[in-house]
Amino acid sequence: MPADTAATTLDDVPAEPGASKHDPILVADDIRKTFGGLVAVDVEHLEVPRGVITALIGPNGAGKSTFFNLVSGFDDPDRGQWSFDGQEISSKGAHTIANMGMVRTFQLTKSLMKMSVIDNMLLAAPEQRGERFVASLLPWTWRSQEQDVEQRADELLDRFGLSRMRDDYAGTLSGGQRKLLEMARALMVNPRLIMLDEPMAGVNPALTQSLLEHVTALPDDGTTVLFVEHDMDVVMDISDWVVVMAEGRVIAEGRPNDITSNRAVIDAYLGEHHGESATARDVEETDR
Amino acid sequence: MDIVDTLMGALRTGLGLSGAVYAVAGIGLNLHFGYTGLLNFGHAGFLLVGAYGLGVTVDQGGPFLLGVAVGIIACIILALILGIPTLRLRADYLAITTIAASEILRLVTRARTFEDYTGGVFGLNRIADAFYAANPLPDGTYGFGSLTYSHNLAWVILVTWAIAILFAVTLWLLMRSPWGRVIKAIREDEDAARSLGKNVFAYKMQSLVIGGVMGGVAGMMFAIGIQNLRADFFDPLFTFFIYAVVILGGPATIWGPIAGSILFWAIISFSAGFMGDLVDAGVLSSAIFSDQDVGAFRFVVVGLGLMALMVWRPQGLFGRREEMLLDAR
Repeated sequence: MPADTAATTLDDVPAEPGASKHDPILVADDIRKTFGGLVAVDVEHLEVPRGVITALIGPNGAGKSTFFNLVSGFDDPDRGQWSFDGQEISSKGAHTIANMGMVRTFQLTKSLMKMSVIDNMLLAAPEQRGERFVASLLPWTWRSQEQDVEQRADELLDRFGLSRMRDDYAGTLSGGQRKLLEMARALMVNPRLIMLDEPMAGVNPALTQSLLEHVTALPDDGTTVLFVEHDMDVVMDISDWVVVMAEGRVIAEGRPNDITSNRAVIDAYLGEHHGESATARDVEETDR
Repeated sequence: MDIVDTLMGALRTGLGLSGAVYAVAGIGLNLHFGYTGLLNFGHAGFLLVGAYGLGVTVDQGGPFLLGVAVGIIACIILALILGIPTLRLRADYLAITTIAASEILRLVTRARTFEDYTGGVFGLNRIADAFYAANPLPDGTYGFGSLTYSHNLAWVILVTWAIAILFAVTLWLLMRSPWGRVIKAIREDEDAARSLGKNVFAYKMQSLVIGGVMGGVAGMMFAIGIQNLRADFFDPLFTFFIYAVVILGGPATIWGPIAGSILFWAIISFSAGFMGDLVDAGVLSSAIFSDQDVGAFRFVVVGLGLMALMVWRPQGLFGRREEMLLDAR
C-alpha cells in the first residue's frame, strides 16, 4: 500500500492517546510492567496503523524499548493483552511472534559477527526444511530451498548495497553497515510488521540518508513500520503517525504536525516550566 | 635408542584406546561447547550413564545390544533432565547444574545402596565378552615395532576410531546445513536467533541430547576397552581432560577433537616416558626425581603446552584465527 493513500486513512483519526484506527495491525491493551517500584510501561490502549510508518518517541526512560521488548515477547509484562493482525499473541514466545510476521531489531545491533554476511541473511529465512535435525543430515531434501533462499538473500543484499561484503564476516562491517544488515536480515523473515529500535543510532550522516530511504520504501512492499527514534528531524521527515510516551504512558498520538505543537509533549520533554515558544524540535536540540 | 621407543609409545597411546575414547567424547563436547556455546562441565556424567547403562544391563544378564540401547536412552533422559530446567536460563546455570549432576551420578553409582546393580566401589567387570566374541581379527598382535596392540585391543580401538569418524562426519553434515547455521547463531547471540523466529530452546535441547549421546557412546567404548567399570573413573577431571582435548584441537572444528585427543595423549605419554628416560640415563638424579614425580610431571607439561597454545594459537590447532579476533565487541 503506497504511503500517501495509507496516510489519508489516518486523516480522520483524532490526535489523542489511544485513538482507534481503521485497520490496526497491532493492538495493545492495558500493558503494565514494573521493575520494583518503577512503572516502566503502563499503556492503556494503543493501536498501530497498518501499512504506514509509525514513530514511537519520548524522553529517555519513557519505556519505549521496554514496550518493544514486551510486545515482541522478549520480556513478560505484569499484565496486559495484545494482538497482532487480529491474533492474540500475549502469551506467545519471541520466536513464535517473529514467525507470525512481527519482527524486531535491537537498539544495540545484533549482527552475528562470526558468521558471514550471507549466512546472517540465510539464517533469517523462515520455515527452512534443513533446520530440522533429521532433514539436515539429508542435503538433497533442502538444497533446492536453500538455493531459493540464497537468491532472495542476494537480492536483498543488493538492494541494501551490501553485495560487496557478501562473504565477509559480519564483524568486519562498520556500525552503519551492521544496521543495514540487521534491517535486511529482518526482511528475510517476510515480516508484515517490522519494529526498528533506534535504526539510526550511531550511524554516520552519509549512511543515514540511505537507511532512511530503505525505511520509507518498506510500506511500498506492504510492510508496516514501527520505530523508536531520538532524532526529531528523522521522525518528522518519514513518519505518518507519531506516538509519544513518557513515564511509561502514551501521552500523545497524532500526525507529525499535531505532535510538534502538543503541550503534553513539550512538557514531557522539558518539564512544565519552559518558554512558550519551545517546540519538540527545539527541545530535542537543547537535549543534546 | 630409547627416544624412538618413547616416541612410538607416545603414538601408541595417542592412537590407542585413550586417544580414541577421548576423541569420541570430545566430538560430543565440541557440539555442546564449541558449536552451541553450552557450558557442559559434566560431560563425564554422560560417559558414566552410557557406560553403566550398558554395564548394568549386561551384568544383569541382558544382551549386549540391549545394553547399548539402554545406555543411549539413559543419556537422552539425562540430557532432558539437565536441559529442561536450565536451557531457558543463562549459560552459567547449565555449567553449575551439569558439574553437580555428574558428581551426584558418580556418588550414587558407587553408593552401597545400589551395590547389587552397580557393584558399588568395586564396579562391574567383564561386561563386554559379547563384544570380544564378535572380534573378526584372528589371534595375534597388530602393528609394527613397539606400536602393537593385541587382537582384542586392536578390535576395540578400530571400532572406537570408526565411531569417531562416523560422529565427525555427522557433525560435518550437521554444521553445513541450515540446522548448523541456527546452532552457530545461538552460540553467538541467542536473542538475535530468537528475534528471527528460531526456537532457541528446542535447538539447544537437540544439541545437548546429541552431544550427550556421543559422550555416552564414548563411555561405553571406554568400559568395553578395559572390561571394567568403576564410578570413580568419571570424576570432574575426566570432563576437564575432554575440554583440554577440544581446546587443543580447536573448538568448533570438525577434526579438532580427533587431532586434539591424539596429541593430548601422545604428549602425556611422551613427557612421562621422556622424563623416565632421562632418569634412567642418569641425566636427572633419581634422588630428586622419582617415578612418582614423573607421573605428576607429565600433567605439568600438558598444562604448559595448553598455556603456550592459548598465548600463540588461541584458536587451537584447526581453528580460524579471524573468528577469534572478532570476539571483542
